Amino acid sequence: MSEPILEVTDLVKHFPVQVGVLFKRTVGHVRAVDGVSFSLARGETLGVVGESGCGKSTLAQVLMRLERATSGSVTFEGRDIFSLRGQELRRLRRDVQIVLQDPYTSLNPRMTVGDLVGEPYEIHADVAPRGERRRRVQELLELVGLNPEHINRYPHQFSGGQRQRIGIARALALRPKVIICDEPVSALDVSVQAQVMNLLGELQTRFDLSYVFIAHDLSVVRHLSTRVAVMYLGKIVEIGTDDQIYEHPTHPYTQALLSAVPLPDPEQRGRREVIRLTGDVPSPVDPPSGCRFRTRCWKAQDLCAQEEPPLVDRLGHPSACHFAEERPRIVPTSA
Amino acid sequence: MSTVYDGESGEFVPPQEIAAAQDESLLQVLGLQVEFRTRDGVAKVLNGVSYHVNAGETLAVLGESGSGKSVTAQAIMGILDTPPAFVTGGSVTFKGEELLTASAERRRMVRGEGIAMIFQDALSALNPVFTVGFQIAEQLRLRRGMGKAQARAAAIELLEQVRIPHAAGRFGDYPHQFSGGMRQRVMIAMALALDPEVLIADEPTTALDVTVQAQIMDLLAEIQRERAMGLVLITHDLGVVAEVADRIAVMYAGRIVESGGAREIYRRPGHPYTVALLESLPRLDLKGQQLNTIKGLPPSLTDIPPGCPFHPRCRLAQDICRRQVPEPVPLDAARSSACHFTGELMDRV
Ligand SMILES: Nc1ncnc2c1ncn2[C@@H]1O[C@H](COP(=O)(O)OP(=O)(O)OP(=O)(O)O)[C@@H](O)[C@H]1O
Ligand SMILES: Nc1ncnc2c1ncn2[C@@H]1O[C@H](COP(=O)(O)OP(=O)(O)O)[C@@H](O)[C@H]1O
Ligand code: SF4
Ligand code: SF4
Ligand SMILES: [Mg+2]
Ligand SMILES: [Mg+2]
Repeated sequence: MSEPILEVTDLVKHFPVQVGVLFKRTVGHVRAVDGVSFSLARGETLGVVGESGCGKSTLAQVLMRLERATSGSVTFEGRDIFSLRGQELRRLRRDVQIVLQDPYTSLNPRMTVGDLVGEPYEIHADVAPRGERRRRVQELLELVGLNPEHINRYPHQFSGGQRQRIGIARALALRPKVIICDEPVSALDVSVQAQVMNLLGELQTRFDLSYVFIAHDLSVVRHLSTRVAVMYLGKIVEIGTDDQIYEHPTHPYTQALLSAVPLPDPEQRGRREVIRLTGDVPSPVDPPSGCRFRTRCWKAQDLCAQEEPPLVDRLGHPSACHFAEERPRIVPTSA
Repeated sequence: MSTVYDGESGEFVPPQEIAAAQDESLLQVLGLQVEFRTRDGVAKVLNGVSYHVNAGETLAVLGESGSGKSVTAQAIMGILDTPPAFVTGGSVTFKGEELLTASAERRRMVRGEGIAMIFQDALSALNPVFTVGFQIAEQLRLRRGMGKAQARAAAIELLEQVRIPHAAGRFGDYPHQFSGGMRQRVMIAMALALDPEVLIADEPTTALDVTVQAQIMDLLAEIQRERAMGLVLITHDLGVVAEVADRIAVMYAGRIVESGGAREIYRRPGHPYTVALLESLPRLDLKGQQLNTIKGLPPSLTDIPPGCPFHPRCRLAQDICRRQVPEPVPLDAARSSACHFTGELMDRV
């Protein structure tokens, strides 16, 4: 196997919880990301799924070096991203880009599309000489399926799906190697979502891009990912290839998550196994001892409260459960 | 026989459009037209919406954002803001009684007791400065004439019914003290307080995580069964619809383009828009490659294309589609589709 382009080891990001106005006191920590490891191969898409607040966006922010890690390491092409300086740091800022969820707030409303997509060239002037920028921007617009003549329009003159394309064009401007996509299609309607997903797929093949693709929609993730990581309360509980996670999940949380996704097929009503979790996700400030999922897990035993299950490979791919096992009929195989 | 309210003349006239109107329908919407008059022009938001729901039945109203799902619901409830919204035609009947021309007093009575509604965003639907218990009990006191203790007991019972753990202990909590899923339960309890016969749920789980969404959908289905309520479930989620709907009404640009039984529509959609929606969906049970997309965007409602509103995006469009609005035609007793080429489409598959 070739060397991974991105390697994340024991990554931790805690946010202090502070009280008091004048004299701030730290009374605890939000353990947003709490020991996450994975690697991303060149040209691959790693899907990251999990419920709201499980740490997906925090992970994205740390991978972008927009937040400093509390501990652990992230290496890009073999180099620790937190120790990069000067020229090397500039290089990282070119090679790793992000596309965000909200096409309504992630673009500055006072900038034209041309300015927005071309802005990265202001900072990285060497990538495109000044005289060439307009043409470059128009090429990018065309690439993502926008009309190059609309270069002087403002974001509000575009629909949600088109704004997401602007965000993608901007991320592509510096010819990155990795794009972190944080819920890039979650705010879009089905018909438009499909357009943007296809676009991301085409661009990946064309430019040999590697994606970390964060989403809460498991169907979207299955469609685009080669491997998938399932997160719960700041930790990866199961990771594997697309088939391993969707067809042979062994962690109870993955199984419950998959079983809760409604299938767009009335014929499947009553034919699937239904696992219903009770209660909500506990607070990441004070996660349960041992296995973090135990307060909602139907298989929990005494051991689960005492000992944290490590993410180890016992049944073909890593799963963090003391009692990991396959379970049939979670996702029916389609005709 | 129901008649249709004509906003121009202010009179009732026979319906131009006969939907699969059924006498036992609890709630029936017929040819409903609503426009928003704004500075930017007139947006024709509803252009003849017809659907009905019977007791004990779940109707899913399916459509992408902006298609008019919520505006229809607000018109039924009588909670549209006028101006800018104006009902310019059509009819809404509840157990045979016309609501659009009913007095404000009468409509208030029907709200809550006849038809209740829950919303996507529970936090903004609940009053932040009152405890949830107070908000439920107050309704019971004002509308049911209950005393304080009785209303409190009834409110706690409702909270228990929607499975709020330790309901009595949480009676005095404020909305922000509940998680998203719990708030949705509280809102459902509040909607059930006056024992409505129809519940309209407008994207009740869109803001929730999938495991919590499943809990709330189970709860709604159970309550509906127990009370034999008519449930109008508004959603854009084709998965949720497939799991719970008896019948479906598909909306596009302020019209119902197709309606009928859920199984039948999924098995053999009768409108090109429905076909395209189903094909553009990534699926959990299929590792797909390229998704079939619908080209372009839904139309701007200030500028709806002539003829069939779907024609600029439709793969089957012909000349007639650009000229003539397709009326809903019955395919069988329970199904209809508004497309000039439904016949051809259904023969293909
Ligand atoms: N700057 C911050 N300060 C304090 N807590 C934070 C901060 N950013 C995130 N958190 C907390 O960290 C946890 C993880 O948040 P994060 O945004 O990564 O979740 P997520 O998985 O992206 O959720 P969603 O699906 O809702 O986007 C949450 O409990 C969140 O409230
Ligand atoms: N208060 C309002 N003023 C102007 N236009 C509105 C207002 N409320 C809704 N609309 C318009 O009506 C159309 C239908 O909206 P809505 O029923 O909310 O769609 P849906 O619920 O199907 O997403 C949209 O184009 C929307 O912009
Ligand atoms: S370790 Fe125990 S509590 Fe955790 S997922 Fe496995 S069985 Fe459930
Ligand atoms: S009427 Fe014509 S344009 Fe409209 S859906 Fe049917 S075929 Fe397509
Ligand atoms: Mg997030
Ligand atoms: Mg709506």
